Amino acid sequence: MTDTAAPAAKSGPRISGAFHRLLAFSGLIALVVAFSLASPNFMQTQNILAILQATSVNGVLAIAATLVIITGGIDLSVGTLMTFCAVIAGVILTYLGLPLPLGVIGAILAGAVCGLISGTIIAKLKVPPFIATLGMMLILKGLSLVISGTRPIYFNDTPGFNQIALGSVVGQIIPAVPVPNGVMILFTVALIASFILGKTALGRYTFALGSNEEAVRLSGVNVDRWKIGVYALAGGIVGVAGVLIASRLNSAQPALGQGYELDAIAAVVIGGTSLSGGRGTVLGTLIGALIISVLANGLRILSVAQEWQTVVTGCIIILAVYADILRRRTL
Amino acid sequence: MAGHSGPASAADAALPLVEMTDIDKSFPGVRALSKARFELRPGEVHALMGENGAGKSTLMKILSGVYTRDAGTVLLDGQPVDITSPRQAQALGVGIIHQELALMRDLTAAQNIFIGREPRRFGILDEGQLNRDAAAIFASMNLKLEPTVKVETLTIAKQQMVEIAKALSYRSRVLIMDEPTAALNDAEIAELFTIINRLKAEGVGVVYISHKMDEIKRISDRVTIMRDGEYVGTVPGADTPIETIISMMVGRTLSNEALVIPNTTDAPVALEVKGLNRGREIRDVSFAVKKGEILGFAGLMGAGRTEVARAIFGADRRESGEIWVHGKRVGISSPKDAVEAGIGYLSEDRKHFGLATGLDVRNNIALASLDRFTGLGGVLDEASMQKEAVGYIGQLSIKTPSDTQEARLLSGGNQQKVVIAKWLLRDCDILIFDEPTRGIDVGAKSEIYKLLNALAAEGKAIIVISSELPEVLRLSHRIAVMCEGRLTGMLPGGASQEEIMRLATQRQSSVAESATQRRTA
Repeated sequence: MTDTAAPAAKSGPRISGAFHRLLAFSGLIALVVAFSLASPNFMQTQNILAILQATSVNGVLAIAATLVIITGGIDLSVGTLMTFCAVIAGVILTYLGLPLPLGVIGAILAGAVCGLISGTIIAKLKVPPFIATLGMMLILKGLSLVISGTRPIYFNDTPGFNQIALGSVVGQIIPAVPVPNGVMILFTVALIASFILGKTALGRYTFALGSNEEAVRLSGVNVDRWKIGVYALAGGIVGVAGVLIASRLNSAQPALGQGYELDAIAAVVIGGTSLSGGRGTVLGTLIGALIISVLANGLRILSVAQEWQTVVTGCIIILAVYADILRRRTL
Repeated sequence: MAGHSGPASAADAALPLVEMTDIDKSFPGVRALSKARFELRPGEVHALMGENGAGKSTLMKILSGVYTRDAGTVLLDGQPVDITSPRQAQALGVGIIHQELALMRDLTAAQNIFIGREPRRFGILDEGQLNRDAAAIFASMNLKLEPTVKVETLTIAKQQMVEIAKALSYRSRVLIMDEPTAALNDAEIAELFTIINRLKAEGVGVVYISHKMDEIKRISDRVTIMRDGEYVGTVPGADTPIETIISMMVGRTLSNEALVIPNTTDAPVALEVKGLNRGREIRDVSFAVKKGEILGFAGLMGAGRTEVARAIFGADRRESGEIWVHGKRVGISSPKDAVEAGIGYLSEDRKHFGLATGLDVRNNIALASLDRFTGLGGVLDEASMQKEAVGYIGQLSIKTPSDTQEARLLSGGNQQKVVIAKWLLRDCDILIFDEPTRGIDVGAKSEIYKLLNALAAEGKAIIVISSELPEVLRLSHRIAVMCEGRLTGMLPGGASQEEIMRLATQRQSSVAESATQRRTA
């Protein structure tokens, strides 16, 4: 009875489950409408594309964080891992002068391997995810600086590298909507992650682990292996984000990265994924990431100081989680 | 002590302590209570009985302010009251001891009792006063307990006593106990009953929710029976035959059919355990289970039965010992190895260990066999999963609206069946049931019994660990008895309760004693 014994019939505001499912989405729509009314510049195609482009890196990172958070874990290393992967791409392409596909694959592999290491530390050594990935965060930050000699690595010798994120394959086909490749990559990653979560054994175990890890273990499932798998997958996705940000900046900036993990986790939380695990969607995370970008963009258009954007984002996070608590109260 | 002004003889007085009438309560999609009624007199133990989902807990949660009612009246001492929070209930003298104890394990007994009301001096906590107050309450309960002892070091029974002390410290006149003996052994139950009787004498009204018939007969003055959220009737506790109460609970008469025990003496051994050891918990345990046999494990709490099961299943490491399955020695170092050897374990604590409560019924049934449903690229074959799940829902008559219902919304008995289905789907032919009917109502119990019999008849080898002797006796072909980590005896199915209890309390010292007695004789 414990889980149903929550203060079910308490007085206080409540909202229905269906409403909450739409809550993040309605919030996004409301923001878009509000900013459109406030400024004619907001709804320009160029601006919309800029918002999407600005979402691509955080969106991909947030999808990686979503996978880990659904298992009941947390990954604080996504930001500095992203930078590490970018640096690895720089080493392969600029230092070693290898062809572009190898740089991309190398970055993704580096991410997956680091995820594998985090996952192994968590599953096998039983170090709590918060600590293991906090350690990883610092290790990777340091390694990026060491490998790059604390200097940015530029991709000027690799023509086409900045087209990965900034070019537009869509625009070549339909010139009216030059959706940048970075955005298409975000959507592709989202589709793949959704598919894995919804349709594959790895996805099913991701939810099962967050729901009741001991029950999964006592079902004879190799819990460690699947958990490591989730962290490795998340790491690989972070590798994609590393390529994206390096391509956008046409350089690997070794000092960048720290702080990105918090934006990613914010997007996950706004999107309705439970930090206690077992519940969450990629779509929600995508909407969460868009809300953050729309806020930043809209407030900038209205000439609100950047400091205030941060304050608003903070409020939104608390509101989103409070909405979730209200929803649970009705169950 | 009880804070009730009237004398203890108030039990016969006309004015009841609590009177609940026409209580309605609905949750989204469920009508939990409909015109429910309950009356409690001062100085009586009033048992509340009914199958799971009958509404007992909901009714008592309304009385204790956890839920608010939709309709109906609640009278306390004849005065209408509106109890809207547990805090208000406490102030009105209504205390509840929940099934799952709500103590802070890292605090001391005294700190737990006075949480939120700590005595202070000049704004600083007065630990001395705190401990003296707690000691006074323990003394009034005739309970030997240090106020400064940390709760986590106490046995479940003692923790229960701390909960009772906490309720008494609020000067509760109404004390609601929800399944208080679920985790207690016989001696501890006797201890609890002594305290209940003392509270009774002081005029406290005790509401006693339990599934255990023998306890109800022993302790309760009156019994109110509920079914499907409705009031069925109130009968005297001592004079009403158990069969009457059960038929009121289930709305039909249950046949107390005797178990048909097929002859399994010639069957091959399915599981053999040799020299199992694990610290002080398991000491040199060896036994064998044949195909088609139900081996019961009896013993007191902490005798090591669950530990043996978990060690066989690879959930806990064992120090030494061999496990043989179908004549072959198997190396089991994790539940995965055990499942691959065909062993399934149904834990006593379903919510924590058995079910992934957030997942639906279908996925819980498939949880141990997902690899079988995984096709190209790791994609799950949902159609086949659904087919299998629906098949088992029918075969085991699992009551659920659909296979996509969340497992946590099922009743205890049906959750248990979901876990059974999980192992059947995984082709496990050795099944270990740890307290299979704990917290399950009478009707569902007899269904689980039938299911276990049917599984054995199909040739599964079954181990049943149970703290309820009648259950062990009813189900088992043979009974293994444990005490302090040792296997103290192996009895035939028809053994007497006395014989089992003698072996279950055969401590090492008494073994030595009886050995010397035998020598001198």
